[in-house]
Amino acid sequence: MAADCVLSVRDLSVDFLSPRGPIHALRRVSLDVPRGSIVGIVGESGSGKSTLSLAAIGLLANNAVVRGGQVLFDGADVLAMNQPQLRDLRGRRMSMVFQDPMTSLNPVLSVGTQMLDIQYRDRALGAADKRRKAAAALRRVGIPDAEQRLDRYPHEFSGGMRQRIAIAMGLLGNPELLIADEPTTALDVTLEAQIIHLLRELRREFKGSILFISHNLGLIAELCDHVVILYAGEVVEQGTVRDIFHRPRHPYTEALLVCDPARIDEVRRELPTIPGDVPNLLEMPAACVFAPRCPKAFDRCRTERPLDHAIGGTQSARCHLATA
Amino acid sequence: MSAQLSEIAVRATAASEAGISGGWLLRRLRSDPLGLLGLSLVLIVVFCGLFADWITPYDPFKINVPDRVMPPSLAHLLGTDKVGRDIFSRVLKGSQIALFVGVTSIVISQLIGLTLGLIAGYAPRWLDNFLLLIFDSIYSFPTVMLGLTVMTLLGPSLQTLMFVVVVIQTPGYGRLVRTATLAKMNSEYILAERSLGAGAIRILARHVLPNIIGPLFILGSMDIPSVITLEAGLTYLGMGIPPPAPSWGRILSEGYDAIREAPWIVVAGGIPLIITTLGFTFLGEALRDLIDPKLRKVV
Repeated sequence: MAADCVLSVRDLSVDFLSPRGPIHALRRVSLDVPRGSIVGIVGESGSGKSTLSLAAIGLLANNAVVRGGQVLFDGADVLAMNQPQLRDLRGRRMSMVFQDPMTSLNPVLSVGTQMLDIQYRDRALGAADKRRKAAAALRRVGIPDAEQRLDRYPHEFSGGMRQRIAIAMGLLGNPELLIADEPTTALDVTLEAQIIHLLRELRREFKGSILFISHNLGLIAELCDHVVILYAGEVVEQGTVRDIFHRPRHPYTEALLVCDPARIDEVRRELPTIPGDVPNLLEMPAACVFAPRCPKAFDRCRTERPLDHAIGGTQSARCHLATA
Repeated sequence: MSAQLSEIAVRATAASEAGISGGWLLRRLRSDPLGLLGLSLVLIVVFCGLFADWITPYDPFKINVPDRVMPPSLAHLLGTDKVGRDIFSRVLKGSQIALFVGVTSIVISQLIGLTLGLIAGYAPRWLDNFLLLIFDSIYSFPTVMLGLTVMTLLGPSLQTLMFVVVVIQTPGYGRLVRTATLAKMNSEYILAERSLGAGAIRILARHVLPNIIGPLFILGSMDIPSVITLEAGLTYLGMGIPPPAPSWGRILSEGYDAIREAPWIVVAGGIPLIITTLGFTFLGEALRDLIDPKLRKVV
């Protein structure tokens, strides 16, 4: 998969410093985003999805410490870049859409002001050109009357509209990679479908790649080419959508699929769940991270850390059972 | 006072998030009698201050011994003082001094406080702590004692007085701006803006500043009377603006010397202070309440 990747994360480990000791948010995470593809990251809350996406764009919180690994964007290590280099990267080559559209736009500035302002690097462009470009970007994400809407303030838009605006702002610089951190979690189901539809359409147009983060398996299956399953800060399984949804090899992936409400066809009083809790990220066991909750765990799982086992060239799972 | 600061900051931020404009505030103010009274009083004082040199019936500095210590009459609306100067003219001229000291020193301390506050809110922890230490040290001095000490050391003059006011006022604004900046820096749109490639100065100037300018403005309008009172107080104690400038504090202290023979002088020096203080306070409180979204729904 290493061939032509926009983003390639190699053995990334990130700790958060806390009064109780370092929290191991990501441990030796590796993944690739091939050019022109949509890669989905699935995981429970606290599995490190957002940490991974923020690390990719170099915006980790101050108390985060990178313990090792690389984030290669087009071959250059984002983690080793200085501020000017990072700023050059952000917005133009890589940008991000956040979870909550209600808070991701500045409430005191009109949408147009914000969209014009972010084009500050195009010095050759006059204000009128920038405005035209901003209006075009809004039209592209399906906002009618774009020209008039530029003078409106964020509170005058609905949540779905705001998320479209946030996406339009992200795409303004024609980035090669758009990171979407749960862009539909704060929206209702109808809007969610619209945003997904929009992302799929945009991908055809703007020819970039998308790193799509979600905990909704249905969306991932709908939108993505590749899927990365994150559990407690580790990549437990990755592969194409077909691999993951039809031939899951890691017990966690299997359990996730069983628990997905959309896939349950039997009427039962109780929804299936995975018993147990996500392990405490303060002290990680030397064994398999999923072993305490795994229905298929055996002695080896509790003593020995499994390696990534490649399966059929496109899939890999971090499980002792995936050897065959 | 700092509890008040953060309260105003919270309310004004909420207001700015609800998208309140200046026009809206003015329209709202019309239905608030106390706020309207405050606005009128402030406008009267500002009018006197701006046009003092044209509307004073007499030269406020002209000594006219034959007409000394005259009680209020049609010729001298507020009477004359011990050397025969027209007190009404001196009160009008005094509003110029009061406003100049009040507004200028507030603006200067707000500019300094804004800069230091933005730096403290954005800078690394050690610099933030250092600036906070300075703010808190100044805060911990009793205002009048600090004023008297500095005025004694440097000698009373208009410049020294304004220097004292700026030193006393700056920490409050610095803390307000720092808190607001910290709150803003943690908001998601700042993160979003950074993910699009905005740098520190762009974020502070375009995204943080517009969010904190509102509370700063309101706080400033509420601080003007306390600065004017401080100026009058120091001048009254002989440590403010030196004579013959007709500061209201000077009129008060001269009136105090002659309180038995000419009680109207003290009254004439005190009334404008009361008017100004009430005006700015009513106006400031009305503005503060108007931008409170909770009160807004009830109205």
